[in-house]
Amino acid sequence: MNIRPNKILPQIIALLAVILVFGFLTYNAQVNMDNRGIEFGFGFLTQESSFDVQFSLIDYDGSHSYARAYLVGLLNTLLVAFIGIILSTILGVIVGIARLSPNYLIERTAAWYVEFFRNIPLLLQIFFWYFAALRALPLPQDTEPMFGVFFLTIKGLFVPRFVWENLDIFFYSIIAAIISIIVIRNYARKLQENEGKQLPVFYISIGLFIILPLLTFLVGGVSLNFSIPELEQMSNTSFKYKGGLGIPPELIALTLALGLYTATFIAECVRAGIQGISKGQKEAAASIGLTPNQILKLVIMPQALRIIIPPTTNQYLNLTKNSSLAAAIAYPDLVLIFAGTALMQTGRAIEIVSITMLTYLSISLSISVLMNWYNKKIAIKEK
Amino acid sequence: MSKLNFLRPNIENLNTYLYSGIFLIFIAILDVSLHSFFNTNITSFLPNFISFLLPLILGTVGLHIIRIEFSGIKNLDLLNKNINTNTFNAVLTLLIIFAVIKSIPPFLSWFIIDATISGDTKEACTGTGACWTYIKIWLNRFIYGMYPNELQWRINLSFIALIALAFVGLIPSEKIKKFLTLYYVVIYPIIAFVLIYYLISGGAFGLEWVETGAWGGLSLTFIVSFFCLIFCFPVGMFLALGRRSDLPTVRYISVGFIEFWRGVPLITVLFMSSVMFPMFLPEDFFMDKLVRVIIAISLFEAAYVAEVIRGGLQALPRGQYDAAKSLGMGYWKMHIFVILPQALKLVIPGIANTFLALVKDTPLIFVVGLLEIVGMLNLAKTNPKWLGYAMEGYVFAAIIFWIICYAMSKYSYNLEIKYKTDR
Repeated sequence: MNIRPNKILPQIIALLAVILVFGFLTYNAQVNMDNRGIEFGFGFLTQESSFDVQFSLIDYDGSHSYARAYLVGLLNTLLVAFIGIILSTILGVIVGIARLSPNYLIERTAAWYVEFFRNIPLLLQIFFWYFAALRALPLPQDTEPMFGVFFLTIKGLFVPRFVWENLDIFFYSIIAAIISIIVIRNYARKLQENEGKQLPVFYISIGLFIILPLLTFLVGGVSLNFSIPELEQMSNTSFKYKGGLGIPPELIALTLALGLYTATFIAECVRAGIQGISKGQKEAAASIGLTPNQILKLVIMPQALRIIIPPTTNQYLNLTKNSSLAAAIAYPDLVLIFAGTALMQTGRAIEIVSITMLTYLSISLSISVLMNWYNKKIAIKEK
Repeated sequence: MSKLNFLRPNIENLNTYLYSGIFLIFIAILDVSLHSFFNTNITSFLPNFISFLLPLILGTVGLHIIRIEFSGIKNLDLLNKNINTNTFNAVLTLLIIFAVIKSIPPFLSWFIIDATISGDTKEACTGTGACWTYIKIWLNRFIYGMYPNELQWRINLSFIALIALAFVGLIPSEKIKKFLTLYYVVIYPIIAFVLIYYLISGGAFGLEWVETGAWGGLSLTFIVSFFCLIFCFPVGMFLALGRRSDLPTVRYISVGFIEFWRGVPLITVLFMSSVMFPMFLPEDFFMDKLVRVIIAISLFEAAYVAEVIRGGLQALPRGQYDAAKSLGMGYWKMHIFVILPQALKLVIPGIANTFLALVKDTPLIFVVGLLEIVGMLNLAKTNPKWLGYAMEGYVFAAIIFWIICYAMSKYSYNLEIKYKTDR
């Protein structure tokens, strides 16, 4: 094989250009840092951070290190992403199916929802929920409880907290339930393939999933109590909730806005996926005598999921990246804590911005790798 | 007359079923409407719970009774087919109708009836509805930011000129048509840059210098989206070609570039452009904040544009490449005259979506301290004279963005139809 010169020259030029640009930038950075007397390095991560964070999933205060502050931010980001993904998936699937409804009114309502929410900038929606909608809620002392235990106030949502005893046993029982469900499903499949008998797998699964954990309450020594939030007067005008679990309004506004916004895109993915299945599939399934439920479960969904899942994962990634807008309403996520407060305090722009970007980059890339693996696995194997 | 069976309506007693059903539905809607518009409850003699659910029950029964297949009445059949296929659908239909009826009065009252628009201080807003006075007073700031009032004609003039110049493509002349691509890709951006540089920021020809920090509001939204849109497209196109190139170095560089920008959130990119990027520039070199932001957003969106265009390139059948090569076309000739025109046509919806995302991303420039319309709203909201009108501001901005984005998506849909060539 002979390599022609006109294939080598452009490559060398491209490579040189990239090297030159990078060299130029690095050189400038070196000069600038020398002039300002900054040393490049990550030693600052172990220093004491001396700032507080309002909302944290792990123990944290000013005496912890910057590395721990980073972890707090990362966990808060992942929390928002997790809740947002659940919310947007549920809503998105419902709206996506509603868009295919034969009922004209439902189809239109879903279409309006999609057109409305996806054409307004996400940041504006976050601001709307946080500064306009949630600020209209009553003060803690004027709040009427919902169902007696939920308090939705201007300070956030206060809900009962679970107080577990022997949580680990309960946890093991759920794992046991999941494993036995998998075993039974495999057994049922074999039974059907070999003898043509069908087991009511669905009901058995649900039964197992409820009964096994319930058993642990009766015999395993697991117990569950609720710590219900109670209003406590601190001074004349200041009230505070004691007990329970407080969800800050920033988190509510953020997850609500992210969920409602991303759901519109997921709805479109779901709609496209189900529409992408040709009518013949459904008719063929019906003609071999499958019930409508079986058609959906065994024929439509497995094929539609193949179309739905890749773009939906993309939306999940977008949601995770969009959760960085949290900084705008002061929810302590990775960007606010690390690229905001920590950067201000240490002045280490290059290190901190790179770490922040690399974090997001590695989340994105690892999910894309997973996605590619999944795509290869479910791709139609043509012979 | 045969026996009436209300559980199983049939066509034989069509009129009886029809009238009784419509009567029930009418009662249900009347009840909800009265409750919603006049705050009276005609079923208040019933227990609360039943009184609350009654319209739904009556409506469902009514819809059940009129659910007669092949009735021969065109409208009834249409109704049954579309919103009344089964009980579940009927309930959902009723719920949606009731929700709409219920939400009209509070919506209208906040938006129009109890709203205020007269006067020019906060004191004018005494009604329980929206205070549009706030928007009216601040409108100038929401559109032009901190740009000096007496110089705002410069923004208006340059925008009018830019819009007028964008319509050059409509001139039906063969001579001009040859140069249209060149015009839109090269000449128009240059004209736009010169116009905005000399007219809006001034500093030459006797025009007063206005620093970019004073720019803001909706006009800044337009400026940022406009330039990013113009820059990100060619960059994205080259990246897409680079990613499909058979030169490994070029391909890896493109892949790395695209994956990097697609993997990070825009807000961190803007952080980078504001705090990290100046460190990478020569010491005496000053780059305006706005320019840095435009470069950052353009590169960011270019990565997305690249992926969209790559989708179009991949969708083209191999034969197009082979045919072009067999005509003796080189790489660039083949791409400019054969591949790209077809690929771009295919990806119009995707490109439009990316551009929409770009417009919706512009409010993020608040990170570097530039205040476009959402930023201005947040500024106005904290003005001590106008506290408490956040809702009006956000609704106003939402309406504006919605109109812009909706118009863009409709336009892209029209383009898609216009350039659709069936194969």
